[in-house]
Amino acid sequence: MHFGLSEEQEMIVTTVRSFVENEIYPHEQLVEKTGEVPVELGQEIKQKCIDLGFYACNFPEEVGGAGLSHLDFALVERELGRGSMALTHFFGRPQNILMACKGDQRERYLLPAVRGEKMDALAMTEPDAGSDVRGMKCTAVRDGGDWVISGSKHFISGADHADFFIVFVATGVDETPKGPKKRITCFLVDRGTPGFEVRDGYNSVSHRGYKNCILYFDGCRLSDDQVLGEVDGGFEVMNEWLYATRITVAAMSVGRARRCFDHAVNYAAERKQFGQAIAKFQGISFQIADMITEIDAADWLTQVGAWRLDQGLPANREIASAKVYASEMLARVTDATLQIHGGMGLMDDFPIERFWRDARVERIWDGTSEIQRHIISREIFRPLGA
Amino acid sequence: MKILVPVKRVIDYNVKVRVKSDGSGVDLANVKMSMNPFDEISVEEALRLKEAGKASEVVVVSVGPQQATETLRTGLAMGADRGILVKTDETTEPLAVAKILKGIVEAEEPGLVILGKQAIDDDCNQTGQMLAALLGWSQGTFASKVDIGEGTVDVTREVDGGLQTVKLKLPAIVTTDLRLNEPRYASLPNIMKAKKKPIDEKSPDDFGVDVTPRLTVVSTAEPATRQAGVKVGSVSELVDKLKNEAGVL
Ligand SMILES: Cc1cc2nc3c(=O)[nH]c(=O)nc-3n(C[C@H](O)[C@H](O)[C@H](O)COP(=O)(O)OP(=O)(O)OC[C@H]3O[C@@H](n4cnc5c(N)ncnc54)[C@H](O)[C@@H]3O)c2cc1C
Repeated sequence: MHFGLSEEQEMIVTTVRSFVENEIYPHEQLVEKTGEVPVELGQEIKQKCIDLGFYACNFPEEVGGAGLSHLDFALVERELGRGSMALTHFFGRPQNILMACKGDQRERYLLPAVRGEKMDALAMTEPDAGSDVRGMKCTAVRDGGDWVISGSKHFISGADHADFFIVFVATGVDETPKGPKKRITCFLVDRGTPGFEVRDGYNSVSHRGYKNCILYFDGCRLSDDQVLGEVDGGFEVMNEWLYATRITVAAMSVGRARRCFDHAVNYAAERKQFGQAIAKFQGISFQIADMITEIDAADWLTQVGAWRLDQGLPANREIASAKVYASEMLARVTDATLQIHGGMGLMDDFPIERFWRDARVERIWDGTSEIQRHIISREIFRPLGA
Repeated sequence: MKILVPVKRVIDYNVKVRVKSDGSGVDLANVKMSMNPFDEISVEEALRLKEAGKASEVVVVSVGPQQATETLRTGLAMGADRGILVKTDETTEPLAVAKILKGIVEAEEPGLVILGKQAIDDDCNQTGQMLAALLGWSQGTFASKVDIGEGTVDVTREVDGGLQTVKLKLPAIVTTDLRLNEPRYASLPNIMKAKKKPIDEKSPDDFGVDVTPRLTVVSTAEPATRQAGVKVGSVSELVDKLKNEAGVL
């Protein structure tokens, strides 16, 4: 058993952390106040990451990535989690699912995404289909040799900056003993394709400046060249490539919790009431003790999940556990940190209220806490036939 | 030309230093350690000279405990070519380090040694100067600009009155100031390569240097906490306070 990081991993952590501290933190207030990332700033962050060889580091070397292991990459995500998501978006981690690109799709989508020339966004969720992905209504039908898509997607992150979209669409229904089951196909859709429109989405209290948009399809015509994976094989590509992405929510939650924790500790050590530092009150110090215990637990759970992926071991339950525990840990840690700051914690002079707001979405996206618990319990009971 | 860059492992500049309760020193247990920021500037300068074709090899050297290997690896990940660790668990004092560096310079024969002007732990600001004296080399300290010429180096120095430029004959010693450059982040490919770059291990004995400290730390104390200031609403209020409260006008 060896619980330490390798020298390379230590250096990756140090480098990403100092990048976030020096290149991201200074701009966070601006993004919070305006809800926007200035175009030049996003471009500048992106270029620096490209120069440092970190852009698309989650991709294998043969397509121009850095070939990081799942564990290495989870450590990168953990450190990025400290910073504003609106800004770290430009650190560039295109969706791994692009590895499913075939033929000239590689030149048109995969390679430009890895080089930072094109940005992607991933669209599954619809107004009437969230956790129940298969319930999607956005549909593609055959017309001549083409596909014609109609319907809409919402909550699509990063759509404002995306050049193309990875969109899951229903392409038919199978009758099964358990009832009708939709067939799903994954499409690559360029911004500007006729019949396809990106509309402003909602304003979220979490992650200001990291926008979500609505995608609107009205008779959008696509050729077979735009199918990612196989026709009706949408769930297969989803399961193969998106399986591991839940670990990033866990990793980011751990990083943000550690940043928040440092604020809690420093404030508790400095703030004086009743003639002494509030850290001297057990009511405060025990909260700190609980926080660090939970942060470490979530960190290990996350690292083990990533490590299992690297070992090729089953990791579905472990990743779900890491996701649900880390995101809920973050909620408790940000809430306790706010409590330790008293009234000041609610004021936007401190970043605490932002950490508290930002934490909320982690329990919702990439599969809600309930869905993660469903995955965990299903893995436990399925072998028992229960 | 080969450039030698000594790097020191020090308490990270972001860490809030706490004095040990018995006053014997500062608490280093479980504290993040990093490369001395001035040394990062030195590594950066050496790398830029190499990239500009003015140098052929950058060698980083550290005198310190086994963990100083991490500091050397950081230098290698920034782009240095190889490292030398002179291993000692003693508290290192400037004269001992300068003597060891003299031994390394004699073995490696660099054309330039670039050091930080001081280390942020003890702030001695002595090693570079001592090394220059021991070697009988020219020195350009507190550099904010370094220009390599034909067998010479022009060093622009930050001095009290402003900037001073000195021309030194190579080989020479340069110590770096904050404004010389902005050190790079280690790039991911260089981080991956760093492990494969060689680090030689030596001991002070190899250079016949006795590193036993000559100074005794009598006590360590935190500086007095500053009183909070006040914000004034207008210039006239400021003048009034300076006159009547501070009594300086
Ligand atoms: C800011 C933001 C950005 C997003 N970005 C993207 C994106 O880029 N791409 C994308 O495709 N999607 C994105 N999403 C969508 C996100 O993944 C969904 O919000 C999430 O999957 C939940 O779906 P829903 O919001 O429709 O909630 P619902 O599925 O309607 O759930 C409502 C409630 O019911 C519970 N529930 C549902 N089913 C069950 C069940 N079987 N058992 C128990 N409880 C259940 C849920 O846990 C939840 O508490 C984003 C969401 C947000 C908020």
